[in-house]
Amino acid sequence: MTHKIRVLVAKPGLDGHDRGAKIVARALRDAGMEVVYTGLHQTADMIVEAAMQEDVDVIGLSLLSGAHMTLFVDVARLMKKKGLDDVLLVGGGIIPEGDVPKLKKEGIAGIFGPGTHCEEIVDFIRKNVKK
Amino acid sequence: MKDDLAEKVLKGDIRAIARFISLAENNDPAAAQSMKKIHPHTGKAHVIGITGVMGSGKSTLICELTRLYRKMGKKVGIVAVDPTSPFSGGALLGDRIRMMELAMDKDVFIRSLGTRGMLGGLTSAVYDVVEIFDASGKDIIFVETVGVGQAEVDIVKIADTTLVVVVPGLGDSIQTLKAGVMEIADVYVVNKADRPGVEQTMAEVENLVDIACADKDRETPVLQTVAKEKRGIKELVDEINKHRKYLEKTKEFDKQRRMRYEAELVEIIKKRLMSFIFDESTFKEKIEKLLDQISRKEVDPYTAAEEILGKILK
Repeated sequence: MTHKIRVLVAKPGLDGHDRGAKIVARALRDAGMEVVYTGLHQTADMIVEAAMQEDVDVIGLSLLSGAHMTLFVDVARLMKKKGLDDVLLVGGGIIPEGDVPKLKKEGIAGIFGPGTHCEEIVDFIRKNVKK
Repeated sequence: MKDDLAEKVLKGDIRAIARFISLAENNDPAAAQSMKKIHPHTGKAHVIGITGVMGSGKSTLICELTRLYRKMGKKVGIVAVDPTSPFSGGALLGDRIRMMELAMDKDVFIRSLGTRGMLGGLTSAVYDVVEIFDASGKDIIFVETVGVGQAEVDIVKIADTTLVVVVPGLGDSIQTLKAGVMEIADVYVVNKADRPGVEQTMAEVENLVDIACADKDRETPVLQTVAKEKRGIKELVDEINKHRKYLEKTKEFDKQRRMRYEAELVEIIKKRLMSFIFDESTFKEKIEKLLDQISRKEVDPYTAAEEILGKILK
């Protein structure tokens, strides 16, 4: 029996800056995880639906437009509504420090800003994955 | 939860289907139990395999075909396989990107899988996924292989209808693909047919068909599509349906299904046997010892293999 950590990497909202998401996706792959990459312009509904079908252990959101307080929280709330309590939610992008406590309170367990080393994200996921 | 996993899957429960697939992928014993329960409820779905080189538009084609099948009221399951890294064991599964339009349709289930060490363009869990989708009430099941080269032909063992997708601009390389991938098509699709060189590609594939089908009662059709612009999709669905009717008329259908079950049976036995030999602690020590002996030239690999197999076959 072998369990691989499965991660959904998605970009909610309208910004098209996906380089960060792609680099993180690649780093997670190199760490032995299976990364389902869904691409740009995802709604919270699309992300949660995909996470259910793909049976992922982690959802990773990337957002650089400033709409994280709306869109990250939308995903977190929808996950709760759909019963995805055993899925770890993390996010990254341009997130002001002042927003971090609020996001954590909503259930976004890890927030990673510019300059974060990929190993840091890998370690965080390995330590906090719930399944 | 695991007890009624099979029942939930039969009712089409999304999370149960997703969970079941993961268990099957991880070779969890609970999956085997549930697979036994769903088998009597399978066999109705039409399994369509799609294979072709990297970037030929397989995912986009599946997206467009699915939209049309949905208009016809069919429920669709899609399993898309991408390669697992031989170095890290990780994988980047990117086929969903091309299927975004299907994301919110409750009657479309998309699952991405890594090859996890299997050659042949698929992964061994694909057999299970097809059965699970079938039992959950899907009418059409698409199986997308990894981007293939020449010899990844496992898809024929699973699919009722196999589409081989080629694109213009591969030069006369099609000629060199005579064996392997270019032999397995039930329908050829020349995608990206708005590109230069399409006439040459069509001629090459048609030429291939002429030779290959000379003594057969069915000539493999060659169709042109531009999946991104939704061109040629209706015609392709018509050909797929025609092929299904042909299979049923000629009794090929039952023969093909039997072939799939044979492949699945072999896969299950292979998996069990391998994990029995290589994962069980009783054998591990013995194998390590034999490997040392082989390295020191005291034993040869054939004698070592016979010794291990002898212990099982007793």
